[in-house]
Amino acid sequence: MTLSLSKDTIQILKEQDVVFLKNRVKETAVKIKMGLVNQTRLLTACSELVRNMMRYADGGVCIIEVVSAGRNNGVRLTFSDKGPGIPDIAAAMRDGFSTGKSLGLGLPGTRRLVNEFDIKSKVGEGTVVTIVKWANG
Amino acid sequence: MDKIPILRMGAFLLVTIQVDLYDRLALNLEADLVQMVNKTNAKGVLIDISAVSIVDSFMGRIIGNIASMSKILDAETVVVGMQPAVAITLIELGLPLKGVHTALDMEKGMNLLKSMIEETEEDADEDQTNDDFITE
Repeated sequence: MTLSLSKDTIQILKEQDVVFLKNRVKETAVKIKMGLVNQTRLLTACSELVRNMMRYADGGVCIIEVVSAGRNNGVRLTFSDKGPGIPDIAAAMRDGFSTGKSLGLGLPGTRRLVNEFDIKSKVGEGTVVTIVKWANG
Repeated sequence: MDKIPILRMGAFLLVTIQVDLYDRLALNLEADLVQMVNKTNAKGVLIDISAVSIVDSFMGRIIGNIASMSKILDAETVVVGMQPAVAITLIELGLPLKGVHTALDMEKGMNLLKSMIEETEEDADEDQTNDDFITE
């Protein structure tokens, strides 16, 4: 069972908020003694998802949580936006697929960097992406 | 507005990125650097990313772009000082940075650039001698 130990909600509307968010995520990761490589993976994943949110939905909300399952601690990030939504999630999760002018590595790359990855989207309503990175995992 | 300084040293341009890049800053750097290559007639670009703790797909693409753009303007690009954690993340993300030369530190990067430029000069010299031979 996964328990949530702390919760922090951050509004993302402009580019400066992204810097603030990354600092908060890093602080949280350091607090639960996450190793440097895992910190880098988590921050890179966060960077990808927050960029998607800014580019396709003009911002949104990120929730930072410290979660615990047994002896393992981790960081859970929930990105929710009220953007256009993703019509074909399976396609969006494929390497090299992009509706923007990017490399199409954001979502599939993020999934490879974290331990748990969940995406829910409804066209016209928005998208919610949840990731978990365990301190040792 | 933040700006990343570009230093000129002989035929090379040196860029040391001391802050974590955000998108606008990276895009500005790309434009500035390509302009500088053109203006100073630089033969090589050395980018030090030892202080950069995150390189995501966007930053990776910018680094690749800088290398290809400089290449078209006849300058080689070497990226030096990448942190091990960043290398791990880049590969897992699926971004192997093909076509970008890398070196472990500034000194090795400088040597690599020098050797690359010597090679191209030698090739040019050879062409020259061949031409002479033919005209004779």
